[in-house]
This record gives sequence, structure tokens and C-alpha cells, in this order.
Amino acid sequence: MDEVAGATVLLSGNEAIARGAYEAGVRVAAGYPGTPSTEVIEALAAYPEVWVQWSTNEKVAVEVIIGASLAGARALAAMKHVGLNVAADPFLTFCYMPTRGGTVIVSADDPGMHSSQNEQDNRQYGRLARTPVLMPADSEEARDFTRAAFDLSEEFQTPVILRTTTRLSHGRSPVRLGTRQEAARPLRFERRPQDFVMLPVNARRRHPLVEARLDALREYAEDCPFNRVEWGDRNLGFITGGVAYQYVKEAFPDASVLKLGLAYPLPRRLIRRFAAGVRQLFVVEEGDPFWEELILAQGVTVLGQGVAGPQVFPRVGELSVEAVREAVRAFLGAAGTPPSSPAWSQELPQRPPVLCPGCPHRGVFYVLAKYHLITTGDIGCYTLGAAPPFHSIDTCTCMGSSIGHALGLEKALGPEFSRKAVAVIGDSTFVHSGIAPLIDLVYNRGTGTVIILDNGTTAMTGHQGHPASGWDARHQPAPRLDLEALCRACGVNDVQVVDAYDLKAVEKAVKAAVARPEPSVIIARRACVLLPGAAAPPIRFLPDKCIDCTACFRIGCPALERDSARGGKRPRLNETLCTGCLMCVQLCKPGALAPPEEE
Amino acid sequence: MVEVVVRPPADGTCAPSRVGQIEDIVIASVGGQGAILATRILASLFLAQGWQVKTSEVHGMAQRGGTVETHVRRGRTVYSPLVPRGEADLLLAFEQLEGLRYLPWLRPGGVCVCSSERIPPVTVTQGGQAYPEHVRETLAERAGVVVWVHAPALAREAGNARAANVALLGALSAFLEATPEEWERAIAAHLPEKLRCVNMAAFRAARDLTLARLGEHGTGSPETGPPWGNAGLEAGPPGGNAA
Repeated sequence: MDEVAGATVLLSGNEAIARGAYEAGVRVAAGYPGTPSTEVIEALAAYPEVWVQWSTNEKVAVEVIIGASLAGARALAAMKHVGLNVAADPFLTFCYMPTRGGTVIVSADDPGMHSSQNEQDNRQYGRLARTPVLMPADSEEARDFTRAAFDLSEEFQTPVILRTTTRLSHGRSPVRLGTRQEAARPLRFERRPQDFVMLPVNARRRHPLVEARLDALREYAEDCPFNRVEWGDRNLGFITGGVAYQYVKEAFPDASVLKLGLAYPLPRRLIRRFAAGVRQLFVVEEGDPFWEELILAQGVTVLGQGVAGPQVFPRVGELSVEAVREAVRAFLGAAGTPPSSPAWSQELPQRPPVLCPGCPHRGVFYVLAKYHLITTGDIGCYTLGAAPPFHSIDTCTCMGSSIGHALGLEKALGPEFSRKAVAVIGDSTFVHSGIAPLIDLVYNRGTGTVIILDNGTTAMTGHQGHPASGWDARHQPAPRLDLEALCRACGVNDVQVVDAYDLKAVEKAVKAAVARPEPSVIIARRACVLLPGAAAPPIRFLPDKCIDCTACFRIGCPALERDSARGGKRPRLNETLCTGCLMCVQLCKPGALAPPEEE
Repeated sequence: MVEVVVRPPADGTCAPSRVGQIEDIVIASVGGQGAILATRILASLFLAQGWQVKTSEVHGMAQRGGTVETHVRRGRTVYSPLVPRGEADLLLAFEQLEGLRYLPWLRPGGVCVCSSERIPPVTVTQGGQAYPEHVRETLAERAGVVVWVHAPALAREAGNARAANVALLGALSAFLEATPEEWERAIAAHLPEKLRCVNMAAFRAARDLTLARLGEHGTGSPETGPPWGNAGLEAGPPGGNAA
């Protein structure tokens, strides 16, 4: 990519946010990987002028950028929507403190839950924190809004939320590159405890200033560059923003539109004027009826998700051009016949995401399924252990939840429960938010078993480093956290490390740990098979030795296909997919699946 | 290696000449097949031609062997990054089942470029479901033109089976107004030096074969370009890219 100022290049929304931050002179950037936010930090890592880091978790990332801001540096943190829940604690008090260096928090929401566990709408955090929320609608705006967000942050001394959604973050559109402006202000830390130490006495003095700031922002919203009215047909008016703006413009190119780039706080007079200028007013927003409720609360009649009056737009999932067009037409009574799905489209076999061939988690799930162990799960590739043939994950809510769930189940059902249960958590997730629950388990005399699925990387989001991986956000060697020593320091005496590919060793370790009435940790270690150099040549299938016992299918590897010609009892080896992990070879008693021949 | 199926239109005119302008493209594939690279090559070609361009990609959990769907749109003004269902001018399918899955996105009479590759999903290889039959007939029912490309074989012949994605772009290129030089620049910008030669060979082979097969149905040939020439096209892009 030709990254010369003045050039027009195609950038994803996330890359455009990174570019905007770079051009705004950002000095410190921190985040934790999470779809659809990950590429913001990855793209910033390309700029040597910026300190870029993967933080242990989102809370730490926000705390790091608070520190940078207090020094006067422009700072950015990026995370997926649920990441801001983790960081909500520092964020909701930082908003009481006068921001020094401009501070932007990128929240990437995931309507439709392409790669997430919920569909929360983080515009709500703006109302909760009394901070502005910006919502760009394409990559050029993502760059412009990000750059402007730093100015806004400094002008009003407030952190700013930049909210994106999957279609913005992972959509590409042209951006004309600008140049970097270094901040003129000298960097230094001034001791201002009345502003920076949120003791009750100081926070009580700050809170009225926060409310006054919100009033000032409301006034600013009336005439700010982020909001605009596009007058068209006065019979049909839409208040919208973000990618939903694009859907509205395509579905109803002639309608009048109030585009809200500043999603919070809202411009009351502007909305009133716009509402008075159109005959039928709709609010089109992806996520909660956030604007709808705020607009209704100021006495303006608007139709949306049915907070008051009929429901026009869906309350869940993503919007689209078709969804907006059909919803409005249906409401106005001009519904065409909806395009019927051809009959065959429903009958097609699904192609669900699966654990990769050679995935080291596979052997652990094979053992858990074999012993029918109840398994509390966590967030990562290994959540796919819930899929057939393992059906191994019984709970999963959020990052780090597996260990607490297991302890709660034990406390409710008695220690016997832990004799038939385990918690599984990935290495990156364990460091993110599994350490405190492990200490909790030890402290509260739990007896459960925790399996850390250690593949040495944050795999699901595209192989980012973390404290136990040994490399940093720029793929440079970094101090490596010793998981075994850490678990022992947490008070776990029974810590075992096994090769995740060695099924016998995994089985032996799991049986022993589960039986023991004390806390146990098993670290099942093996590099993610997608990392360079991790895959090996494919195995061989020797059909003469196969006795159609189907034992190999229990490993559930996509490279072992069921040969329908043999009643589905015999494997057909897909050599393109096979990574030579040899787990199936260990299950094949007659030796029909064999390691590759020695050269 | 390349086969063209044309549905004869009711009025007897040659179908390829009725293809019209290709603005909205949906690409259907399986994680790992290289569709995201193909999407980016296509988008940068349009950008260099001076069009407004938007694309949409899917990342994250879906990439673990699941269906990967990308959209590329170009025009004077492009709003949504997603092609509305039933409005794609061209469906590029990297795999037969995925072609069938995303067929509802293709407008009736549109172009479908489909790899003959079949990658049975786990629901078939292990779950006992049947891989769909009659893919050819179903695609031909909706599309005006179907181009079948033995993409992996073509790419292997060119020197590397991994170039199948660029081979498919070669077949697709027969339907777009762009010179081979414009394509070469777009492809080169996205590939490391050592892979360019093989990928360009795969691209050219697929393009020439597709143009030749189309020529048998219309008036075009590799020498004279697409059989429908510039006829019926709206005004071109709003001007070259300043960069």
C-alpha cells in the first residue's frame, strides 16, 4: 500500500481509525484483540512514532491511556464492545477527570453477532459516562472523525468514544491520506490531586463540572461538523447514523435525512427543526432504540423500533438496505411481494466454523468427551469444542468466566461435582481475566480442575501476542510470563504440563487431576497449528489395515472424511487438510492411519 | 478447464451481450481459499480506474473453516458496503456449495463465475448430510451466463494451486472493462514479487479461455476483447485516480 500523504488508498474502517489517530499525533495506543476491533491496534503498529501495545486486558489498556493522557499525550484504546465492559471501571471514573492529552476509546460493536456473544449497543456508555460518542459511516469519515475526536477531547476535557460496527470496521472504502500533526504541547506530569485523585471529596467537586460539560456538549451538538441535514423529499424524513445512514440513502435516495455523526449527546433544537420539516419521521439505528428513546423524551414523535407506537424496524440483528426498504414500505402500506427464497436455499448443508485440522485443543476435547466431563468454557477458538462430535462445552459467558462458573457449581452442588467437571480456558484468556478467578478458587477452598489450553497465541483474532506468548504487538521478543510458576504462586500445588497432541498423557493428567480433592491446573501446551512451522506433512491411510471401527472419527478432524461408499465407516484422508498432528494415528489400533514414511 | 453455459434469452438475442455493466459483485468461498485477497485486488482495480468503491469482509470465528462472504461495489456513488440480496450483477463462487448458498444474492440473468471445486463441509463429511446435487442446473436457472472454471487445476498448470483465486479473477475479468495492464498492476500490488509470475500466468490462462468460450457464444475473441464491447455501457468512471 502506498502510504504517502495525498494518495487515495482503500482502507478498512479499522485501518482508517488507525490512520486518523496517527495523523492526529497519537503517542500511546493500547488494546486487547477482539473481532471486529483488532486491526486498529495492528495498523497502528506500522507507525514507529506511536507506542503500541497489546495490553493484558481492556481495563489495563484504558488505564494505560489514562496515564498517557495525564502526561499530555494523545492516546487511544481499541476494543470490541464487550471489552468496554471490562474497562468500564476506569472509564466511568476517568470521565470525571479533566482529560489532558486527547483520549479516544474505540468501541467496535457487533450487530448480528458475527463473532461475539452478545449484541450490546455501546452508545449507551456515552450516556452512562456523560461523554461524547462519535459514529462514522465510512472509512473516510472514520479517519476524519478519529482525527477530530482528539481535538474534541481536548476542547471539552473529556474522553471520546468512537463507536464502529462490524460493517464499518471490516468494510473498505477510499481514504485520501493526510499528514501527521505532532501535538505542540510539551509532555509532562503536573501534580493536580484535586483533579486526578478521585477521592469522594474531589469527585463530588468534579461531578457538577461533568454535568456542565454535558450541557456544553449538547449546545456544541447543535452546530457541530459531525451532524448534517440533507433535505430532500419532505414527505419522508430519516434520523440515522453510522452504516445505517448508507442503508437509508440507498433505500430512499430522495428522502430527507438528518445524519447524526455525534451519536451522543443529541442536538435537541436541530432534531426539532428537522422533525418539523418532514411529514413522516423515522429513526433508523442499528442496535438499541437509543436515539428513539432520547428523541421521544423530548416530545418529538418518531417511529423506530416501537418504543412508542408501532414497531417499524427490527430490534435485533443487523440492518441492511433491504431491511430498511421493506420495513418502511410495509409500514407505509406500499409493500411489494417480498422476494421469496428459493426452496433449495434452506436445504443446503451448513458450513459451521470448526476447530482446524491439527488444532491442539482437539485432543483435550476428545478426552473430555470420552469421560463425559461437565465443562465450563471460555471465550476463544476452543468455544468450538461445543460443536460435534465433542459437545464438550456446557457454559460460556465472557472472558475468564470458566473458572468462576466451575467454583460456583461446586459450591452449589458440593465437592463431588468437581470429580466430574473441568474448566477450560485459553492462554491469552487466562492472562486476560482467569488469574483472579483461579486465586478465588484456591482461597475459597475449591477443588476443581482448570485446563489451560496453551497454544502460545491469541488465535481466534488472528494470532496476536500476549504476556505468556513471548512477543509483543510489533512481533518483537518480549518478557514471557511463566504460567506454571504463576499458577503455583496462586496457591495451586498440583500443576501439570502436558503435550496437547499426546492423547495418553492428556488422558492420564485429566483423570488424575479431576480425582484429586484439591485445586489442579493442567497446562495442555502445543503451538497453534496455523503458526508458521507448526504443521507437518500429512499422514498415510492404509486401507488394507482398516477394520471400519470408526474410532478415528472421535477426534472429529475435518481431514478425516466419512467415505460414504463404505457406509460412512471408513475414513477418506484429505491430504490437503491434514497437518500431520498424529492424534488420529494414536486412535487407530490396527495401524491403518500411519505417520508419513521417513525420507 | 473453462466452460460457459449461456441461457438463451426469450427474445433470441445473444445473452452475453445483455450482461450489461457489472457494478455489484458478491464473492462466496470457504475460509482459507483466498477470497479476501481477490476482493482486495478487485477493489484496488476499481479504485485505480477512478470509481467510488466499497467492500465488505468477514473476519473472526467464521474464518475457521466456515463460509466466507465478501462484497465489492463500484459506481459513481456507493452507499451500502453490502450488495442487497438479489441485486448482485456477478457472483464469484470459489466452491460449488457456496455458489449455491449465495445464489439468491445474484440478480436473475446475472453472471455467475463458479469454480468447479467441491469442499464438503463437516456436516457432509461427518454429519451424514448430502452434498447438493444439480448445482449446474440450479445456477443456470437463475444466472444468464455461468462460467465454470477448473480453478485449482488451471492454477496448478500455471505453477501453483494456491493461485486458484487469481485464476478465478481471470475468468471474471472477461466481464469487466479493464485492460490486462490494469489487472496486472492491481494483482502486483497485492502479491510478493516471487508469486507474481505464477499468479499472472493463472490469470491470463483463465481470462483467455473464458474469452474464447464466450466468443463461441457471441462475437468476441481474445483478440477483439469482450463480445459486448463498450456498447450499452453508461458513462465511464468520473476520471482517473489522482494518485
